[in-house]
Amino acid sequence: MFSILRTLWLVFINMFYKPITVKYPEEKPELPARYRGRIVLTRDPDGDERCVACNLCAAACPVDCIALEPALRGDGRRYPRFFRINFSRCIMCGMCEEACPTYAIQLTPDFEMAEYNRRDMVYEKEHLLISGPGKYPGYNFYREAGAEMGVKRAGEGEHERGPMDLHSPLPGSLDQEEQSRK
Amino acid sequence: MYSVLWSLLSIIIAMFGSLTVAAGLIMVERRLLGIWTRRYGPNRAGPFGLLQVAADMIKIFFKEDWVPPFADRTVFVMSPAVIFMTVLMSFMVVPLSPFVVSSRLNVGLLFFLAMSSLGVYSIVLGGWASGSKYPLLGSIRSITQMLSYEAFMGLSVVGVVLFAGSFNLVDIVKAQKGLWFVIPQLPAFIIFLIGGVAVIHRLPFDLPEAESELVDGYHTEYSGMKFGLFFVGEYLGIVLISAMTVTLFLGGWLGPGLPPIIWFLLKTAACIVLIILLRASLPRPRIDQLLTFGWKVLLPLALVNILVTGAIYIAIQ
Repeated sequence: MFSILRTLWLVFINMFYKPITVKYPEEKPELPARYRGRIVLTRDPDGDERCVACNLCAAACPVDCIALEPALRGDGRRYPRFFRINFSRCIMCGMCEEACPTYAIQLTPDFEMAEYNRRDMVYEKEHLLISGPGKYPGYNFYREAGAEMGVKRAGEGEHERGPMDLHSPLPGSLDQEEQSRK
Repeated sequence: MYSVLWSLLSIIIAMFGSLTVAAGLIMVERRLLGIWTRRYGPNRAGPFGLLQVAADMIKIFFKEDWVPPFADRTVFVMSPAVIFMTVLMSFMVVPLSPFVVSSRLNVGLLFFLAMSSLGVYSIVLGGWASGSKYPLLGSIRSITQMLSYEAFMGLSVVGVVLFAGSFNLVDIVKAQKGLWFVIPQLPAFIIFLIGGVAVIHRLPFDLPEAESELVDGYHTEYSGMKFGLFFVGEYLGIVLISAMTVTLFLGGWLGPGLPPIIWFLLKTAACIVLIILLRASLPRPRIDQLLTFGWKVLLPLALVNILVTGAIYIAIQ
């Protein structure tokens, strides 16, 4: 009996609190910086596109909404000839961002992507590529990962195996174990 | 001649007034539920969302009105009209002010109880004629619930009738000039309110249509305007129970300063808000809990109330 009256009272005094609703089209909600929204392709600080067309994002994507085709540039660097994201399938899970080795693909705090025409939901590379470095300013994959630091070369460490002979018909591992025993 | 015209006018006022209020409640209820859960409720259509009523009406008029092939067509079509009519008939005896009364029936209170009993037919027939299991389960529940709670509702007003010495609702209000019946008849007031909410099967006593167990209860198979009639009938029921509570216990149109009809409307509005607050806050009991509470708590309470009131009445005489 008392609990019923208490419940009635507690519900009633909610009237005097400010509603938590955000009146959306007039007021925009405050989105956190790591909000998983519209996907972009970023550039490194030099203005070169970061994507190396490794296809890891397309492999990681659980709904297969990413399509791209690698190509070689004049200087031997890989780049995507086309890069297409079908946002009508995308679930904004962020797995592509986690898979990307070069921080090229990133999710941004923007969700206002509604279209009247379903075909307009397919974004091509020119729609995805932005002119800045996104969440990682100053990061350039080729300067930080796999770069020569002048310490030791591959296979010269204390317990490190030497590089595999790619052209040998023998299984690489056996060959290397023999080498290391010597 | 003049009196006939006047009561015709009163009928029109009561009918259009109650229908307008019932339609407005569709929006007011959602708005209040929103406010009590720290939301806004429907506030987009028109100023303060007032045009939501019009939007809902347009929507429900243009919905497909489908009769299932396995339903008993005649009864199926008829039953939504029954609840609508019985509730609207009850408004006939409700005195809005000393002058705005559609009918000064000398058995007004009994007429109200009879009409609310007839309302059960609508739900029972609707559930039966639908020809499927959940509506039938809902109407079985509504028989047990509404018939038992009508008993307590009828018993609770006996004290009021004893004090007023009349079944005429105008006389009952006039008898409250000195003291509103809510004070000497507090247990009866509480029983009447609980019984009333159960009889119009509003939340928390909406067992005949419990969505979480019975899909939508007796109106599962209804669509379009037939469903709309059930819906408006339910809201009319809220207005009716509030108006009857005000008439029987809260002094009807009596009050200082303001014109009588304004007092009546204000009190009724407060009662409606209370019933919506019950919906916003309380969970639904099981059907056995509901009936146990009715027969083991409310019935003895109502009987004791009658005994004590009768004893006091005889002692005063």
